[in-house]
Amino acid sequence: MKRQIPLIIVLTLGIVFFIQFFIPSQISTNIYQTTLQWEIVISAFAIVLAIGSLINHHMLKIQRRKPHWWNSIVTLIAMLVMALLGILGRVEGMESLGQLYRTLFLYVQAPMDSAMFAILAFYMASAAYRAFRARSQEAALLLISGFIIMLGVVPFGSLLWSKIPDIAEWIMMVPNMAAKRGILFGVGLGMTATSLKIILGIERSWLGGGGK
Amino acid sequence: MIFSTNPWVWVAAILTLCIFSFLYKENPFYRFAEHLFVGISAGYGVAVYWNNAIVPNLFVPLFQQHNWWFIIPGLLGMMFFFRFNQKTGWLILIPMAVLLGTGSGMSLAPTIQTNILKQMQSALADATNLKLGGWGLIWGIVTLFGVITTLSYFFFSREQKGLLRVSANIGVWFIMIGFGASFGNTVMGRISLLIGRVQFLLTDWIHIIK
Repeated sequence: MKRQIPLIIVLTLGIVFFIQFFIPSQISTNIYQTTLQWEIVISAFAIVLAIGSLINHHMLKIQRRKPHWWNSIVTLIAMLVMALLGILGRVEGMESLGQLYRTLFLYVQAPMDSAMFAILAFYMASAAYRAFRARSQEAALLLISGFIIMLGVVPFGSLLWSKIPDIAEWIMMVPNMAAKRGILFGVGLGMTATSLKIILGIERSWLGGGGK
Repeated sequence: MIFSTNPWVWVAAILTLCIFSFLYKENPFYRFAEHLFVGISAGYGVAVYWNNAIVPNLFVPLFQQHNWWFIIPGLLGMMFFFRFNQKTGWLILIPMAVLLGTGSGMSLAPTIQTNILKQMQSALADATNLKLGGWGLIWGIVTLFGVITTLSYFFFSREQKGLLRVSANIGVWFIMIGFGASFGNTVMGRISLLIGRVQFLLTDWIHIIK
């Protein structure tokens, strides 16, 4: 029963909304739009699980005085402060909190976000050195293509040879496009197969152990 | 060297340096910045979901437009809270079933249309459009050839030997060039972020670059 009800819901809604795509009426479009809104609401509540898990993880670390536990206090306080400022900052009469929220975003979150991704440049360069050594024909192609694309988007590339940006563009538009199209094709087939398997109840991993 | 007088610029600069300190080795400053980043990002996510998903799609229809149908997604969403109780934990399968059912049903036809039919149509159109003429037409044919050989590499229904093997090997070349291009673009994206950060430190913080 605990597994049957969700499976019936998936089958019914899956078939209804697959058919809905082919019905060009205003009512059908309205149902589609409303359901999209409902989906946004339902999935927004799912963030509660993620936040609950994050709080649980850090509370356990603090309670058990695990190494560097004080950093968990930083995470919890930062999360609470940012969430409250973001929510209360929209309330009338509390606009100053909204201003602080935006400042924290601009001077704390955004710089750390770019810095985190920027340090990846160093790790990618060192990983590339190990992975890109042209030990086979395929690795050599990867190396050459990546190198030309990198040179093609900086002024130094055109200083070396004026045709490099054109070659980089050709790589993007011809062989890269061919590979991406082929992969997209496969992704499309995979998504279609997975959707069908979910609707028909063949794919049941999402039921997890909850239904047992 | 004139330092900025804006305390927030100092905060951003110090946090940036804390994160860059990881390049030397893991240290307490990096760990502090990392935990702060996780907390701030999670809090930001909560606020964004609240302001952009819950308020306009639930509170406004429910309390301002008195559209009582919207109690249903609210209740379905709240069913996720059952996860915190072992006995009622299975009930979260119901909102999940609604999301999966509607999501799968809604995406089925558009996926076939955009990922399969449109891709096929564009690949064929570029290879058969005589108006392009000259190199345009040749590159269109090369692209179509690349798509077919790439697909043949992923064809596992029969053993890859003979013509299929040759085609799959050519497909691997196209895939490798594609991956190299993606890698090059990703590296350049990261480098431009790094330049942005260094520029911030030298321009906004210590005013070396004017």
